[in-house]
Amino acid sequence: MKYIDEFRDGELARGLASAIAHEARTARSYNLMEFCGGHTHAISRYGLKDLLPPNVNMIHGPGCPVCVLPIGRIDNAIALAARPGLILCTYADTMRVPASNGTSLLKAKAQGADIRMIYSSADAVRIAQENPDREVVFFAIGFETTTPPTAVAIAQAMALALTNFSVFCNHVLTPAAISNILESKEVRELGTVPLDGFIGPAHVSTVIGSQPYEYFAEEYRRPVVIAGFEPLDVMQAILMLVRQLNEGRAEVENEFTRAVTRDGNAKAKALVAEVFELRRSFEWRGLGEVPYSALRIKTKYAAFDAEERYGITYRSVPDNKACECGAILRGIRKPTDCKVFGTVCTPENPIGSCMVSSEGACAAHYTYGRFKDTAVVVAPTPLPVAVTSAAGPPQGASCAPPGGSAAVTAPSVGAHQ
Amino acid sequence: MTAVRNGYIRPVDFKHGHIDMTHGGGGRAMAQLIDELFMRAFDNEWLRQANDQAAFAIGAGRMVMATDSHVVSPLFFPGGDIGCLSVHGTINDVAMSGAVPLYLSAGFILEEGFPLADLKRIVESMATAARDARVPVITGDTKVVERGKGDGVFITTTGVGMVPAGIAISGDAARPGDRILVSGTMGDHGVAIMSLRENLTFETTIRSDTAALHGLVAAMIAAVPGIHCLRDPTRGGLATTLNELASQSGCGMVIAEKRIPVNGQVNAACEFLGLDPLYVANEGKLVAVCPAADADALLAAMRAHPLGEDAANIGEVIDDPHHFVQMDTSFGGRRVVDWLTGEQLPRIC
Amino acid sequence: MCLAIPARVVDLPEPGMALVDVGGVQKRISLALVDDVAPGDYVIVHVGYALTKLDPAEAQRTLETFADAGLTGQEAA
Repeated sequence: MKYIDEFRDGELARGLASAIAHEARTARSYNLMEFCGGHTHAISRYGLKDLLPPNVNMIHGPGCPVCVLPIGRIDNAIALAARPGLILCTYADTMRVPASNGTSLLKAKAQGADIRMIYSSADAVRIAQENPDREVVFFAIGFETTTPPTAVAIAQAMALALTNFSVFCNHVLTPAAISNILESKEVRELGTVPLDGFIGPAHVSTVIGSQPYEYFAEEYRRPVVIAGFEPLDVMQAILMLVRQLNEGRAEVENEFTRAVTRDGNAKAKALVAEVFELRRSFEWRGLGEVPYSALRIKTKYAAFDAEERYGITYRSVPDNKACECGAILRGIRKPTDCKVFGTVCTPENPIGSCMVSSEGACAAHYTYGRFKDTAVVVAPTPLPVAVTSAAGPPQGASCAPPGGSAAVTAPSVGAHQ
Repeated sequence: MTAVRNGYIRPVDFKHGHIDMTHGGGGRAMAQLIDELFMRAFDNEWLRQANDQAAFAIGAGRMVMATDSHVVSPLFFPGGDIGCLSVHGTINDVAMSGAVPLYLSAGFILEEGFPLADLKRIVESMATAARDARVPVITGDTKVVERGKGDGVFITTTGVGMVPAGIAISGDAARPGDRILVSGTMGDHGVAIMSLRENLTFETTIRSDTAALHGLVAAMIAAVPGIHCLRDPTRGGLATTLNELASQSGCGMVIAEKRIPVNGQVNAACEFLGLDPLYVANEGKLVAVCPAADADALLAAMRAHPLGEDAANIGEVIDDPHHFVQMDTSFGGRRVVDWLTGEQLPRIC
Repeated sequence: MCLAIPARVVDLPEPGMALVDVGGVQKRISLALVDDVAPGDYVIVHVGYALTKLDPAEAQRTLETFADAGLTGQEAA
């Protein structure tokens, strides 16, 4: 696959790994946050940690729109789907997220709600056209990458004068989330979270461009490197961040030049501005209320706004007290610091946002990385909520011991062949 | 042109007819359907006796029995349908013990309103699959449920077979040092099915790999009688099967991503949908675990068979109290290949 | 987040739509968010829409950067 396979080349990876190891000064640590869940996924899936020196730490940020979607909003979606005759169209990602009372969209579907998984917002419009006497609602989630497709759907619905189509809008904004992290007490005042730089999201940036990150680099004096989606892109971005930090620079650099420009996609941005406006505040699961961080549909398009149409009221549902997601999303804690990680809270039974989708920090670590932790209990079969076996408290140490896996006596089939 | 049997007023209308409650009632309508469709399609000495059971003699030895219910949707897909899938699936389950599959039974639950044209197509596909595999369907049953209570058709097949002497293949037999082999490309069936789902269609056709594997298994056992484990990675894919074997055998595994064969189109479809081919179902592939010394011979035997042309040696069994399945990624890092969490769904994130 | 992949535009079957190809698999996607797309171009596809065109020259340059960084790293190692 062109423009995919070349960016996954193992040879080039080894070269970049040497370069990073060489340039990372042993006297300091480099604490880098990859904001985007897709980057978290790439780091886990390709075992990138193995290729980084021990003083380069990757912190997983909150850039996973499914993870940060509050339980209360899923409850709203389930309530919509329960309305007789209503068809709820959703991306598959939301189906398994646990909502209140042990339910989920998947379970609601099993109980007879007409919930349809779609690949594209265009499918939702088509379903509305094909079912003129049914109400159709599109459950829209996502960051700036996914927002323009929703805008297109609404514009199309208007052009087609559809009277049975609306959107339940949960689109959120990246820069606001980054601000929230940098403004958190621990980072700003206490300096207890060393957060030295950011890997900027790949596809969000194709839409918004690299310009919006310049504010962070200047205001907070932290470098940002926008990285493509493939593992080599991520490694190159890490190298560029290491260099910036070594040289005392705090700039926005673009590694993903093949798809990102400074200004982004003007057409997409214009369409989004036409259809949406900022909400004063929006709750993010794990982060709480974040100002100017989300979008709602403009009054001009109110006919297509499910919140208007169905008078939806939002009720905030707090997370389990033991859940450390808020701290993990801000980079203050690691998955293994959480008491319920891997025991009660697993991908089968996610307690908080970080475990809910495969890109959340906890899910990624559980699925791909926990074999490197020595003290975490492994649950090969789905556990009921009660803990069935225990092996002492998880250690607060970093996720991966330097070098290789201590837990497994495996012949070294070769991280560095 | 179907001939009309004595006692029937007119032949079953397979072009335009539908299943109705009389077809499950035990009366003439049901007898006629069984006669004109099932008996005619499967046609063998047992069915011709028209009993409620089939009698057969077998030699002394260990028998194996396996059963599978098939509820796949869509019923028809490139490369197969629920009919041949149900025949292959049970033959394969029997074959994974090393047994030679001998006979099959088939039970149908039909939904009122199900088109007879579709039923005929399914049954004839089953009959062809059974004939090609040389494993006859010797007895069966049909029931009809009211409209809305079934997904068109559910098929349950049960198979029996005989294990040759000296063969002891079992999921708990893997030992540290053993090699892990797969018989071909991973993920074909699941992607073929998923890409037919509404709203996920591709313009390109990806075909299911559904196939009966007992011929391949026989060739493998002839070459290496000491195979430790055999399993077909159906639901949950290769990753789930390896985790099962690791767990049952009480060991760990290490595999190499670049050695796992995946069809280029399947890979690309997975990229589009955000799926991992390791977790996608296969219906015509198997995983084998054998002693290291036998790996080359086993691989050669597999590659010599049409259903094993793309066979590969993908890793080894190791000592690991956690029973992890680890993978060296083609990128150079190592990660765990965990159990599947629920059904793998496409993602946008 | 934002699973998106580079795809080659094979055909423009109707206004606003493209048939794209990734590794031999073809899909119809919307061009509502990009202009001036022609067969042979590469686009980044997310949830059935092209988000932007991919610049092949930049892609090549990026690959060369990886290789250069690698060389420097290995010389120094």
